[in-house]
Amino acid sequence: MSTPANEPGTADTLGKDGLNTMSGADAAAQAKRGPSIATRERRQGSLNPSGETPYLEVTDLTVKFPTADGVVSAVNGLSYAVPLGRTLAIVGESGSGKSVSSMAVMGLHDRKRTRITGSIKLGGDEIVGLAENDLMKIRGDAVSMVFQDPQSSLHPLYTVGSQIAEAYLVHHKVSKDVAKKRALEMLDLVGIPNPIRRFKQYPHEFSGGMRQRAMIAMGLVNDPKLVIADEPTTALDVTVQAQILDLLNNLQKEFGSAIVLITHDLGVVAEMADDVLVMYAGRCVEYGTAQDVLAQPRMPYTWGLLESIPTVSAASERLRPIKGLPPSLLNLPSGCSFNPRCPYKDRVKGERCTTDLPELLPVDGAGAHTSRCHLHDKASIYEAEVAPRLG
Amino acid sequence: MLYFVARRLVSALSVVLVTLIATFALFFVAPTDPAAAICGERNCTQERYNEIKENLHLDRPKVQQFAEYTAGIFAGRTFETAGVVQKCDAPCLGFSFKNDRPVTDMLKERLPVTVSLVAGYAVLVLTIGVFVGSMAAKRRGTTGDRILMGSTLIVSSVPYYIVALMISLYLTILYPILPRGGYTPLSDNPGKWFVGFLTPWLVIGIYNCTQYARYSRGSMVEALSEDYIRTARAKGLSDRKVTYKHALRSGLIPVITIFGLDIAGSLAGAIFTERIFDLPGLGNLVLDSLQSYDLPVIMGTVLIASVILVAMNFLVDVAYSLIDPRVRLS
Repeated sequence: MSTPANEPGTADTLGKDGLNTMSGADAAAQAKRGPSIATRERRQGSLNPSGETPYLEVTDLTVKFPTADGVVSAVNGLSYAVPLGRTLAIVGESGSGKSVSSMAVMGLHDRKRTRITGSIKLGGDEIVGLAENDLMKIRGDAVSMVFQDPQSSLHPLYTVGSQIAEAYLVHHKVSKDVAKKRALEMLDLVGIPNPIRRFKQYPHEFSGGMRQRAMIAMGLVNDPKLVIADEPTTALDVTVQAQILDLLNNLQKEFGSAIVLITHDLGVVAEMADDVLVMYAGRCVEYGTAQDVLAQPRMPYTWGLLESIPTVSAASERLRPIKGLPPSLLNLPSGCSFNPRCPYKDRVKGERCTTDLPELLPVDGAGAHTSRCHLHDKASIYEAEVAPRLG
Repeated sequence: MLYFVARRLVSALSVVLVTLIATFALFFVAPTDPAAAICGERNCTQERYNEIKENLHLDRPKVQQFAEYTAGIFAGRTFETAGVVQKCDAPCLGFSFKNDRPVTDMLKERLPVTVSLVAGYAVLVLTIGVFVGSMAAKRRGTTGDRILMGSTLIVSSVPYYIVALMISLYLTILYPILPRGGYTPLSDNPGKWFVGFLTPWLVIGIYNCTQYARYSRGSMVEALSEDYIRTARAKGLSDRKVTYKHALRSGLIPVITIFGLDIAGSLAGAIFTERIFDLPGLGNLVLDSLQSYDLPVIMGTVLIASVILVAMNFLVDVAYSLIDPRVRLS
């Protein structure tokens, strides 16, 4: 990191518009309180479970969409870090802000309709507030994205090969032949048989798994340092899912890139992730290594996610869904956003769950595994009540 | 691809054949009396009536008449009026006794006028119309978009003939800012040809650009919200390239459908434009022949119109398959 002393900056995509007064006020309030939670955590080293120098460092990221009905707070004070060669899985329900936060990393939000504050650093360079032209140079080059549904994410009217070659040509001043050669190389690398024939085919001539391979080839054509995979296996059937995950794993070993994997499938998380970040209603509610979060989860929402996975041994039992619906991002519940759905709310003394937003704190007093929950005896509740149900 | 084109061509030709039979039937088999229609209600002596019947071979069996008509299209035929033999070379679409000329000659004379008018029109709507629509789609929801779309709505809510008449009256006659319409063949004097068409082009083009702007705005808004547009942006492509390469290619598909039918319709007779700007095109021919009950000419124009329609549909199909590879499969 080139500027380690930097505090999380406040930038605003709206620039000089009057709308940014609010984020200014936020920043002032934060300054009064002293270093923000995120900064404090970083000093403790808990922001980054691996402790390695991060390539992507997101600090106190907030993404808001002003709409006719009010301001939608899609992401609230999100902080995480991903070093090269490591995979961070961001887990959460639809609308938890996992895609929105990653789109912010790509700078893909419509600047006129989005307010982004906080800091996103790539290899130490701040990208929040960058001009569109500078963002364009990063997009697809240093950072690339593999999208969820390759059927709709590939252009139906261009050949697969030309779309991959185009991605290379945007960032390299080379002839079309060179780009084509590179695209063929990538098709081969992602395990598409007969690349020369496949290069000339259109997406509708590919199977679902092949399309996702092509999408990955497109994402990796410029050797990105960071790959954001937005539910890359959701649209695929289970056997193909496993192949695609293996492919991503192998390519990561080869290229050494950092991967941010957005998913709601904890099975995928178990297979792929080094670190896990659980999001709920735009906030990080639990963050740690995959080992910690999956084996010793310390937040009722994570428990709920784990309990809603079907297991073979518990086949006769009904699944236990998390009751209720995710809250409206226009109007978040006071206190802990999860409190209306939390079955353990009564175990916290007083009304703290409905009045105080719990801070993201180390679960064992210190260390890299953090969670956002008022419960005092999280470990014992998990061991005594939740773990047995997981089978 | 070749197979696709061949198949479409065969189906297009069969439609033309059906139209040929239908037009013939409409005028010669239906319970109408073409001879009486040509002869006119007043001043029609039995003698003249019989003469017309004989000249047009209306006294022969229908099948033979149709065979002669069809043969005339491919090989030409002759007509006889009052002892004078008129040659009608292939493709002979009949003979206009009112004008004493083969129908084909009349159509040949008029077609270049209408084609010139429509060609300029096509260029204007496909460039300005589609560009304005794409621009509005890119800026959807902004004030610019609203002003643009509002003004197109205002323009197209005034009937076309009023706009054309007013512009003709005020801008070419009372205040001659624009040149008056008029036809000079392109081969005679390209400069004069261009000047004569300038005002009609501007009027018909800009008026209809408003509609094309709205169509293409709609289809571009849809195209721009597709997932593959996000992919294109995620590659690092510039906004311009995303809009005018990735989105426009999909956004053009619905516009081309409308364009094909629209051009076919205009070629068959941009009647108001030709009338108001005094262009001797097909539309004027249709009006004149209708007024004078010149049946062979009406038949000829109907046939030409249907052939144009079929041809444009064929071209639209081919254009589809060029734009969209998924169409080639079916």
